Amino acid sequence: MQLYATELMGAETYDDQGNFVGRVREFFIEPADQPNRIARLLLSRGRFQPLVARHDQVATVAPGTIRLNCNERALELYQPNEGWLAVRKDLLDQQIIDTQGRKVVRVNDVDLAEMRSNGNVELRLTQVDVGLPGAVRRLLQGVVSPSVVRKLQSRLPQRTIRWEFVNLIEPDPLRRVKLRITHEKLEDLHPADLAEIMESLSAAERQGIIASLDEEMAGKVLAELDERLTRQIVEKLDPEKAADILEEMAPDAAADLLADLPKETSDELLEEMPGQEAEDVRELLSFDSSTAGGMMNTEFVFLGETATRDEVLGWMRTQDLNLDQLDSVVLLDSAAQFSGIVTIARLLMAAPEESMSELKLEPLLSVSADADETEVFELFDKYNLRTLTVVDETQRPIGTIAVDDVVSRLVAK
Amino acid sequence: MDWKSISAKIEGMQNRGTDLQKRLRSLRRRVALLLAVVGPGIITSNVDNDAGGISVYTQSGAQYGYALLWSLIPMTIALYVTGEMCARMGVVTGKGLSDLIREEFGFRPTFFVMIAGFFVDLANVVAEFAGVAAAMQIFHVSKYISVPIAAVLVWVLVLRGTYRQVEVVFLAACVLYLSYVVSAIFAKPDWLEAARHTVIPTMHFNAGYLVMLTGLIGTTIAPWQFFYMQAGFVEKKISVRQYPQARADVLLGSISCMAIVFFIIVCTAATLYTSGQRSITDAAEAASALVPLAGKWAGVLFAFGLLNASLFAASILPLSTAHVICEGLGFEAGIDHKFKEAPIFYWLYTILIAVGAGIVLLPNAPLWKILIFSQVGNGVWLPVVLIFILLLVNRRDLMGEYVNTVTFNIVAWVTAVAMILLTFVVVYTAIFPSVAGASPP
Repeated sequence: MQLYATELMGAETYDDQGNFVGRVREFFIEPADQPNRIARLLLSRGRFQPLVARHDQVATVAPGTIRLNCNERALELYQPNEGWLAVRKDLLDQQIIDTQGRKVVRVNDVDLAEMRSNGNVELRLTQVDVGLPGAVRRLLQGVVSPSVVRKLQSRLPQRTIRWEFVNLIEPDPLRRVKLRITHEKLEDLHPADLAEIMESLSAAERQGIIASLDEEMAGKVLAELDERLTRQIVEKLDPEKAADILEEMAPDAAADLLADLPKETSDELLEEMPGQEAEDVRELLSFDSSTAGGMMNTEFVFLGETATRDEVLGWMRTQDLNLDQLDSVVLLDSAAQFSGIVTIARLLMAAPEESMSELKLEPLLSVSADADETEVFELFDKYNLRTLTVVDETQRPIGTIAVDDVVSRLVAK
Repeated sequence: MDWKSISAKIEGMQNRGTDLQKRLRSLRRRVALLLAVVGPGIITSNVDNDAGGISVYTQSGAQYGYALLWSLIPMTIALYVTGEMCARMGVVTGKGLSDLIREEFGFRPTFFVMIAGFFVDLANVVAEFAGVAAAMQIFHVSKYISVPIAAVLVWVLVLRGTYRQVEVVFLAACVLYLSYVVSAIFAKPDWLEAARHTVIPTMHFNAGYLVMLTGLIGTTIAPWQFFYMQAGFVEKKISVRQYPQARADVLLGSISCMAIVFFIIVCTAATLYTSGQRSITDAAEAASALVPLAGKWAGVLFAFGLLNASLFAASILPLSTAHVICEGLGFEAGIDHKFKEAPIFYWLYTILIAVGAGIVLLPNAPLWKILIFSQVGNGVWLPVVLIFILLLVNRRDLMGEYVNTVTFNIVAWVTAVAMILLTFVVVYTAIFPSVAGASPP
């Protein structure tokens, strides 16, 4: 039979002699041991010190009554333990992240399943209830009979989340370690989804999530977050960790983030970053954010225009490139000046011996670093661009602006 | 005079110049910091001066002149003390009040607080739309035209806006309260007398005076505003570092709210009380009576103030209520969500407005009874909410170093108990109006 945690709360518990031991007040899971097994039951009995029954001491479980397979004297006295996850205190009524539905939800009830092994019954946490059935059960419990509640709830639409898709939110880092809460499941989410989830959490919870993500994911999420929140989070991070995260970010995203911080903080973070990365970001920071220079990314692929398609592909295979974002390469002439771009699709379809200069896109478009952002928008609009190259005074390419940079600027307006 | 002393003097002046510049810059910085936070406190406190409130202030001015002005100072303190706790909780925990009640007290208490809130707020919404109808009737617009238009206006405003945009509209509405200041100036009051009565309490121990006093204080704090204010700070993502600014926002709100009450009472005291029209019972009646006494504009502005206040409260109340209920029961909430993402939130919001405005439009609507119900409801609901707040704000595991200090706790509990007692008196007199002697109709 399907069991619910709130239905078992308050259940009368008897030992093997049939003596009343106490009422169930709490279920504990020991995540270090088994992620979903109810490892211990807290039994309280009036003014006596509460007892704890282990999972292998439980004989039968039914709504309202639990029987143990041992004597009352075999039970331990209750000692609080930070490494135990308490179903009532840590789960019921709290917010969790539904990693499959990609949002924050509140737990109405916890569904349990019985597992029989030799001589005892184990309870396993199967899913959490975030829908109406749990709410109705909580409301009517003890007021109308359980069978009526069960009949009523069966007609309501279910909304449950399987336990393996539940991600607990625990702001306290020590407790997080003790409860084995990792954010591996969150790292599988798209950074934009995780950023949206984080916006509906409290500051401490946001901080906790960023602190436990790996640097690369943390950087991606920070780039997606509202800039005020990003600032709040980075200011509270340990500078070393913040610098590690910035290092993993694309230089333009890192520069955008640093530009929002107070001068002292951003200088401190740049100090912590390794030389080359810091240099790239510093250079970007020197441009006004409303110019082409302030929009561009300095990580781009550039090639000599005389190279053939096969040479280029051979070389690109050896490079560590961000393939999901790459849609064109920039060409240089013999004077290292900008001479055009080649889209990846053209590269793909070209004959092996074709040279880059034959493949390049007409007309030849570029923009200077101090050009105003509206000029950039107009160029993208007029020529239906995906990428635009930014050049310095000597016509040397120094960065590229991608269409997604333009979109986010326009949305922000 | 030698060159050295002259150049030293010039240098000194220059230094003072840069010093002044520095100070100006730091001032500008501080104002900018404050402006980024300002909103929830000021808006919430000003919504206090809604249709029901303005009626009470008008009555007190008409019946007792300046005599009740002294109560504004303790009222400001009560407003600040209670508001500040919610602002602090919102800023420190980053969670709404109903969220916290749910997490710390469980499902069932939350559910009953929410259901009670729904019906009490619905009654309040009816009162606001009744205020719109009354104000527009002074301009000779039938309620069958004004109320539907107001309802649609309010509904669209929130549905089409983001939190920021809506907040700007609301802040603008706060400024429109200044129409009462102009009204009061037109009324040519005895400012010195008014000032004296504000600082020096005068007590009369007759039933009517005491009932009016409790009425004044009882309408100041409505339970729903705690939820709204806290949610405002949470939704604006104000961090703990900005807590001083949040506190300033609440203080500014409490003071500006009470200043407006001051001008309403002064306006009616200088005109209606002095000319002997002391049985005025509501704000609309007062606005018409003002015309022959203080000129057409005083009356028009007074009515306009009532319209503004009613519309303002009519937009905030349904919003706040829908927000609180969804938050507490675990549905998506907030105007930054789309209709599809938060259907229950938007449906609750729509129902509150539609039913609220609809009741006012019924030909024989028992408006007076609904007004009483809203006051009684507020009164019963207030102690529950205040006690929840005081319990939560003293929890060290939630608030850390930001729990109430002992002094603050004493002030807060005294305020809470006084508010609760006074509200019970208001409830009692609302149910049994004969006690008051000079009773409302």
